[in-house]
Amino acid sequence: MSEEKLLEIKNLKQHFKTGRHSVVKAVDGISFDIHKGETFGLVGESGCGKSTTGRSIIRLYDATEGEVNFKGENVHGKKTRDQLKKFNREMQMIFQDPYASLNPRMKVADIIAEGMDIHGLETNEKARKAKVEELLETVGLNKEHANRYPHEFSGGQRQRIGIARALAVDPSFIIADEPISALDVSIQAQVVNLLKQLQKDKGLTYLFIAHDLSMVKYISDRIGVMYFGKMVELADADELYRNPIHPYTQSLLSAIPLPDPVYERSRERFTYDPNDHDTSEEPEFREVSPDHWVLCTTKEFEHYRREYNTVK
Amino acid sequence: MEKLLDVKNMHVSFDTYGGEVQAVRGVNFSLNKGETLAIVGESGSGKSVTTKALMKLIPMPPGRIKEGEILFEGRDLTKLSEKEMQKIRGKDISMIFQDPMTSLNPTMKVGNQIAEGLIKHQKMSKSQAKARVIELLELVGIPDAENRMKQYPHQFSGGMRQRVVVAIALACNPKLLIADEPTTALDVTIQAQILELMKDIQKKTESGIIFITHDLGVVANVADRVAVMYAGRIVEIGTVDDIFYNPKHPYTWGLLGSMPSLDAEVSELYAIPGSPPDLLNPPKGDAFAPRNQYAMQIDREQEPPMFKVSDSHYAATWLLHEHAPDIDPPEAIKKRMTAMTSAVNGKGERV
Repeated sequence: MSEEKLLEIKNLKQHFKTGRHSVVKAVDGISFDIHKGETFGLVGESGCGKSTTGRSIIRLYDATEGEVNFKGENVHGKKTRDQLKKFNREMQMIFQDPYASLNPRMKVADIIAEGMDIHGLETNEKARKAKVEELLETVGLNKEHANRYPHEFSGGQRQRIGIARALAVDPSFIIADEPISALDVSIQAQVVNLLKQLQKDKGLTYLFIAHDLSMVKYISDRIGVMYFGKMVELADADELYRNPIHPYTQSLLSAIPLPDPVYERSRERFTYDPNDHDTSEEPEFREVSPDHWVLCTTKEFEHYRREYNTVK
Repeated sequence: MEKLLDVKNMHVSFDTYGGEVQAVRGVNFSLNKGETLAIVGESGSGKSVTTKALMKLIPMPPGRIKEGEILFEGRDLTKLSEKEMQKIRGKDISMIFQDPMTSLNPTMKVGNQIAEGLIKHQKMSKSQAKARVIELLELVGIPDAENRMKQYPHQFSGGMRQRVVVAIALACNPKLLIADEPTTALDVTIQAQILELMKDIQKKTESGIIFITHDLGVVANVADRVAVMYAGRIVEIGTVDDIFYNPKHPYTWGLLGSMPSLDAEVSELYAIPGSPPDLLNPPKGDAFAPRNQYAMQIDREQEPPMFKVSDSHYAATWLLHEHAPDIDPPEAIKKRMTAMTSAVNGKGERV
């Protein structure tokens, strides 16, 4: 995996006005990079802003503040239609709910080809059909499925259609927003294996948003943990699970039930109390050990470092 | 131990235009007081239909309990009239539904929704019910109960709503609690709280719990016994240790193998190929055979009976027949099994 930055998110803020005087700070100043060819996992509880982050990156929302640099160019800010189209071709999204994200009145072939039509990729009817069939086969469906409607498919198959649609415009970056949470366990494994295979074949970069931590760990190279609109910890997947530093990450990890009854009988859950933090200053994102970042104050930083080194 | 529930050879079918869908095809299990039985399986395996049939919540028609007995404290529920069932529902048997967003009435204050059962079943007065509602809300960990009970469901978050649903289910101290994926829609931390809450309450009230889920982590956490369902049948049943450390059915292997573990390094997840069969025309022989790499000739011809592995552990696979060849579970599963067993010493503690 290269260290080349595909995506650079700088101090991204997404605030929603909910009334005349109230503002929801869904994403409140987060910064991170996504490297070319990697899978970046974003985890956190519902309402922590992880989906909003994904949607702001692809400009489904206009960011309140901050930059999203994709290949060195800001996605936000003033853009012409053509400029936006260029980003849209490079970035695609796979949605959580395979039932709601496919238009029930469109045939699968048209759903998949919609992006190609918009970008004028395959103007020839025959080539368009061939491309759709190729995509269907890539995602493990067969070409007879092209003329059916979404309701004729199971959840796992629909998610495959969603993936085929995302792949149709040959993107380099895919945001997968909880792509498997609506699927059965055995089907989840099929879809995750497919996503991994596609990444290998096409050199894709993923932003994988999920709350199922064991699956995130399995698929991701690096993971960011979000809490109330802030990123509280960022590290390599293995490192994060072995040495979680931020108390929130620790509580999150300790809450995952594992398929191991003996472990479960002895598992102890930590609860996270945000009031335990040092409030003498605004916390900042600091590097506690190489490539392992934690949101903390100076005092906490010293403490985390000492603890981290003694554990090691 | 006292037997609370005994389900014998239950068949549930739905009559549709396409024909008879045999959603549940002969299910046997029992539940003791204070025990938790987890039912796992894919969607469409009949786990929800099984539990809905227990409460007779299946719309009839098109559904019907074709055959079998449901003995609840010795009474056969299948023979009761709707009126008699209404006396049991919410009082002796209650249910927690999967989706807290849709299982509450959006036009009713949550306090009234909880009080409904109390007034109906326990003939409480409004003020008695109110006191009990506050008590229940506190029990399930909703702060400021006095004010919260006057709010509507949309004013609660997902986790809080599920707590309200739990409170409704617990209102009359049911003897049997059926929880249909109660935590699937929730975050892990909230899930952990709800699970702890349910276990806590079970300890206090001695209720039996049937827990439906497809999350094996949750199963390992809550269950005493586990039933694995596939295509309308229980294919393996045993104690939680039997199922996790000594699984016998290839389908159970597949389920266990398709979950990534946090500590083990697996390069590829084991995915069960294909999808579950259409129960409109259940296949001849073992329904799992088309997806089973270990399937033998007999699997395609004859349905396997339940083979006894131990007093507590049964599995329906021809692999357990004395003439069956010795077959090793897939490498990934074996690794898991040994990793898990080696982590356990004689006393069942993790080393």
